[in-house]
Amino acid sequence: MKNGLAKPDVVVDIGHIESMRGIEKNGDATSIGALTTYAEIDDDEELWADATVLAEAASEIGDTQVRNRGTIGGNLAHSDPASDLPGAAIASDLTLVVEGPDGERRIDADEFFVAMYMTDLAEDELLTRIEVPRGDGATSGAYVKKPSPSSGYALVGVAAQLQVDDGTVTAARIGANGVMDHAVRLEPVEDAIEGERLSDDAISAAAERAADDLEEAMMMDDLQASAEFRSHLLETYTKRALERAAERADATVTA
Amino acid sequence: MAAHDITLTVNGTEHELTVQSRELLVHALRDQLEYTGPNVGCESTTCGACTVHIDGKAAKSCTVLAVQADEQEITTVEGLAEDGEFHPIQEGFQEEHGLQCGYCTPGMMMTATQLLAENPDPDEDEIREALEGNLCRCTGYQNIVNAVENAAEQMDAAAARGDD
Repeated sequence: MKNGLAKPDVVVDIGHIESMRGIEKNGDATSIGALTTYAEIDDDEELWADATVLAEAASEIGDTQVRNRGTIGGNLAHSDPASDLPGAAIASDLTLVVEGPDGERRIDADEFFVAMYMTDLAEDELLTRIEVPRGDGATSGAYVKKPSPSSGYALVGVAAQLQVDDGTVTAARIGANGVMDHAVRLEPVEDAIEGERLSDDAISAAAERAADDLEEAMMMDDLQASAEFRSHLLETYTKRALERAAERADATVTA
Repeated sequence: MAAHDITLTVNGTEHELTVQSRELLVHALRDQLEYTGPNVGCESTTCGACTVHIDGKAAKSCTVLAVQADEQEITTVEGLAEDGEFHPIQEGFQEEHGLQCGYCTPGMMMTATQLLAENPDPDEDEIREALEGNLCRCTGYQNIVNAVENAAEQMDAAAARGDD
């Protein structure tokens, strides 16, 4: 509203709906209320263990004061391409639960982000919570970003979640924000790393595929970073995200 | 434009006031209640000069509508000193010359007090990270970090003496 992006006739404060706040572990999934703050996510040790990539992305957003006030629901529904959470939402395979006049609807994260500030949410729907699959101990993840030196927003941020069994990647999900007009899933990287034993070569080869499905002409391009530079950053930060996730998987990375 | 009757508890004192829908918390605090500690700097969530605590957590009061803060506990820099005694963070800024023009200081102190409440012995990196959302245009960051370290030492010494 301050930036003139929105001029609503009416503003409804949903900030005091307690049932939309908090983190609950239910069997296979962790449910996070849309009004849960970044600080509450960052402070949750179980979430760091179960959904490392999401917790790490939340810890990277803004600053102390912003993390105290900003919420996961507000962030995802806003679909700011330069924000840190959308890529991690895709990588952690979370489900967005929305309520509307016709009841509840569940949306996969990689189908939620449509364009800059646009999501699959309808005008009469409200994002109430998200559900994150719980890791089984073999899940590891990482979020790394190149922040804008002035704003701290991500020029490029890459979120990686890996399932590793005895040094071999059995499943991978990679998401990126800052590159395109909305967060995107990097399936070519997933395809390249799945089934591979974790090694520097395998990680480098997978990271080289980061921009394969993305048109450079459509990439974000502004005073801070050209599309060409973003494409370069995407490969570099994909490599770093995979390396950090691999280290956390306690895998033996051999040259 | 609608008006709203709200209650704010500021530094332990309850205030009833009427605010406009669009009125920011920082303006309600400064213009209506005369708590001029929180400063208006950028008004865009960047500089941190307006930082107060809302229910114990640091927040930029230029990015909270006053009506959103209804029935919440606000602490401004005016609420740090007790019974005429400076808070250790205020002592720290005085001892270490942690301010030049002083504009950012109230916000720095409010963010730093949340850090010290959560982490009584922060190292330099932790202090700098915690204060990432507070800008000092005099660029006096080194002395600000020293001030926070000084406050942590005072609070540790006080705890060892069994003070509050």
